[in-house]
Amino acid sequence: MQSSVRPSLGLLKQVGLFLLLSSTAMAVEDVVSFSDESLRPRYQQLLQELRCPKCQNQNLADSNSAISQDLRAEVQRLLEQDLSDTEIKDYLKNRYSEFILYRPEVNRATWFLWAAPVVLVVLGGLIVLRLSRAKKLGDSQEADIPVRSADQQQRLDKLLNSPKQGTD
Amino acid sequence: MNRLTLFIPFALCLALGTFLFFSLGKDPLDLPSALVGEPFPDFALEELHQPERQVSIDDFDSQVLLVNVWATWCFACRIEHPWLNSLAKDGVVIVGLNYKDHRKLAQDWLQERGDPYQFSIFDPRGVLGIDLGVYGAPETYLVDAEGIVRHRRVGVVDERVWNEEFRDLYQQLVDEANAE
Amino acid sequence: MIAEYGHIALIIALCLSVAQAIVPMAGSFAGYRSWMRLGHSLALGQLVFVAISFACLTAAFVQDDFSLQYVADNSNTLLPTQFKVSAVWGAHEGSLLLWALILAVWSAAVAIFSGHLPLVLSSRVLSILGAISVGFGLFILLTSNPFARILPFSPTEGGDLNPLLQDFGLIVHPPMLYMGYVGFSVAFAFAVAALIGGQFDSAWARWARPWINSAWVFLTIGITLGSWWAYYELGWGGWWFWDPVENASLMPWLVGTALVHSISVTEKRGAFRSWTLLLAILAFSLSLLGTFLVRSGVLTSVHAFANDPERGIFILAFLGLVVGSSLLLFALRGPVVQRQQGDAEVVSYSGLSREMMLLLNNVLLVSAMAMILIGTLYPLIADVLDLGKISVGPPYFNVFFVPMTLGLMVAMGFAVFSRWKKTDANMLLQKGMVPFLISLSAALILPLFLAESMSWATYSITAAITLGASFWVVTMSLEDLWQKLDRGSSKSGSRLINITKLPGSYWGMQVAHIGIAVCALGVGLSSVYDVQKDVRMVPGDRAEVAGYEFVFDSLDFVQGPNYGASRGQISAYKNDRLVAVLHPEKRKYEARNQVMTEAALDAGLTRDLYVSLGEPLKGDAWAIRLHVKPFVRCIWLGGLMIGLGGLLSVMDKRYRRRQSRTLAKAQSGATAVEVGAQ
Repeated sequence: MQSSVRPSLGLLKQVGLFLLLSSTAMAVEDVVSFSDESLRPRYQQLLQELRCPKCQNQNLADSNSAISQDLRAEVQRLLEQDLSDTEIKDYLKNRYSEFILYRPEVNRATWFLWAAPVVLVVLGGLIVLRLSRAKKLGDSQEADIPVRSADQQQRLDKLLNSPKQGTD
Repeated sequence: MNRLTLFIPFALCLALGTFLFFSLGKDPLDLPSALVGEPFPDFALEELHQPERQVSIDDFDSQVLLVNVWATWCFACRIEHPWLNSLAKDGVVIVGLNYKDHRKLAQDWLQERGDPYQFSIFDPRGVLGIDLGVYGAPETYLVDAEGIVRHRRVGVVDERVWNEEFRDLYQQLVDEANAE
Repeated sequence: MIAEYGHIALIIALCLSVAQAIVPMAGSFAGYRSWMRLGHSLALGQLVFVAISFACLTAAFVQDDFSLQYVADNSNTLLPTQFKVSAVWGAHEGSLLLWALILAVWSAAVAIFSGHLPLVLSSRVLSILGAISVGFGLFILLTSNPFARILPFSPTEGGDLNPLLQDFGLIVHPPMLYMGYVGFSVAFAFAVAALIGGQFDSAWARWARPWINSAWVFLTIGITLGSWWAYYELGWGGWWFWDPVENASLMPWLVGTALVHSISVTEKRGAFRSWTLLLAILAFSLSLLGTFLVRSGVLTSVHAFANDPERGIFILAFLGLVVGSSLLLFALRGPVVQRQQGDAEVVSYSGLSREMMLLLNNVLLVSAMAMILIGTLYPLIADVLDLGKISVGPPYFNVFFVPMTLGLMVAMGFAVFSRWKKTDANMLLQKGMVPFLISLSAALILPLFLAESMSWATYSITAAITLGASFWVVTMSLEDLWQKLDRGSSKSGSRLINITKLPGSYWGMQVAHIGIAVCALGVGLSSVYDVQKDVRMVPGDRAEVAGYEFVFDSLDFVQGPNYGASRGQISAYKNDRLVAVLHPEKRKYEARNQVMTEAALDAGLTRDLYVSLGEPLKGDAWAIRLHVKPFVRCIWLGGLMIGLGGLLSVMDKRYRRRQSRTLAKAQSGATAVEVGAQ
């Protein structure tokens, strides 16, 4: 009988080898089995994109509530029926509303959501670009004007004993 | 930055604050039903008390009725049950949907607490539940005479909820049905 | 009785913070030095009393005083002592008291370490911190009092701390995180004080910088700890869910990172002043926003505290007041700041200069923050506008965040070589050639090897891109380091000597940037090569996952201090050699009748083995989840490196230099001038 006390590794190794050698070549069953293994990655992906309708923000893959278990079985059933990912999501959306989709659809209600980040980055990029061009033009015209006047710089340096600005 | 752009952060802050203010008190888990305005899904399941009897949407009989999702493992269902009994006495047609439960336990439960249901659909695997978008008991659906879902409530339906959410709509639907 | 002492101490602290908020600020306008100096003693006094209050609450927990509602809800006689202590901040009321304590700590630190600051500035900073303390003090005393009693019939046993929180993670993660959140209040205070006084130059930046950097270090480590904790505690092997509460910590971090960079420009070049001020205000605003989101019930989250709209209104009002007034001040005083920038306005910097790179950096980081903010709040906005109940989850955030991060990493490589004012594009191309080639090769070739060793069928483009970006950052950083060490030396020996000559802030930058590369590597590779199997096993069965053989040795029942557990033993073999023995548990905590999964981990640099028990099945069988997660540890290793980088930067000698008396005198002279200029 194996107790809960951790056995020595040597003993374990022997037991392990014994098990390896003596067991038949039968692999263990997956808890969820598919007629076609290629469905499994789709299954796992879908479970991560679908939300548990009653949990505090969990997807179907992580939640152990009863409704999540039922919905996992449902997704499996629909995959076996040869529905596409989109069709499965639509099927569930028609019953549980768009709340169940973690990837919001692109429609009238969500256009701002999807457009805003793109607009932000583009806008930001344009600002940087415009500033860099403006500065570039200014570059050739101006003399090298320091941040502070030489007098201020001297005083500051003396006061703070700081090294001259150089490498960093 | 010119003078006016300096005010943009402040303006955004005001806008955000307004949204946040109006969001207080809204329950983020109070989901709208995807079926409001849609036909009640058809089904072919056994009746709770009479296993040999198959029930389907035809048994709704073109009545305006409530479909109440309940189960013996649901504590809140016990709280709303007396009000359902009282509604049934007043002539409101209620059909029960016994959700993911044991037949015998369910029958005994009704025996103990009174049976307001015209009949109870026995859905041990939650098949009809999924088609309805049920995610927990108790839930109550208001179905009109054409079989269209008009309202759903997730949670207990007691006198206050009935008066606030169901009563007027129910009355209106009944009047419409009688007018035909 | 102890609880009453704690309550009274809190009230006294509130009174002190009211004084701290008003008196020094008034003194700074009127020119009364004694009033201004009072800020220091008030801050220290406030710390003493908040600490007493906190100690009293802790005592109540340790002594099992269940007559306190808060203790009864969150503790239990069987709870191990270390968890009783950490339970103090395990729920809403106590965690607020922790906030208040940490705020008092930072305020006291400012009071102690601000001897070299002009009195006008330090008194205003302390006043602003005092005002924030008043807000929190009122919030605690009026709506969330941890010292509320249940009388006359107190329970004899408590409801127990949530089992998920009975863990080392609760002991370290919230305090670290709060040190970061609250630390940005100091940056905020500095910014607002500068706006009020109109004094805002490189000297200001030099004073504020260590405070900003240290807050950022704490936040970095806090977030890293949180992610690590979620990973091993929740049982699913995930480490980031884009949950609203997680986002609430990431947003101030992104802004804080922008701030850390922006203030270096302000310090060294006198530019980016408006940016720096705005970012300092924004970072703390996001901290407060996070507090609101977590405690008001407007968003669902596994991390959220109990929902209460009444509390929500208070926080929202406080938030609106603090953020609104500071942003209004920013808008009104903006022109003063710009005018001050004076000479600096004509500081020109060309397209590839360091200034421009850092501007791009700011833009990208703020955009990322804005994207996360929009995504997190959209369900709320849509609900208010009656557009329905919409969920926004990881698929949305990942679509945008990944490319933004990649963009940042590419820019990071170039930025290391950029020079102030003007960078020669040719030089950049030349310097970048070798790193580019190395990165490209890594991107093209390494996934082939990884694919093989992890039994993965296909070549992964995602892995290639991750490798390319990470190698790019590392090689560019190392090349710059090499070049700097090389400077002014012809003999190879003196390169080593140059190591000591490089300032702490430079090492900080290098370590932090490389930390980002390491973290990104962990994120990318573990996402691509993660293998997971859910199998049905009885004792004796074996399963093969990604080259490892897992044998289900046995299942026992064990008894913990406040739980009973089914404990499995699973041995992992690779190539017939025993690699690890894992003990996953399924625990049932008696007090709450709650079941919890305790996963078993074998951690390694190149891979984690992660095993957890699912549900018991028919007979002796159990559903067991087996994961092999390559390189996942790099995520937190990278996070720690980033934090270390920040720490090295804080420790830079120029911030620790003893200030001469001449300086103090000169600045008190300046003080009179500033006050007169109001």
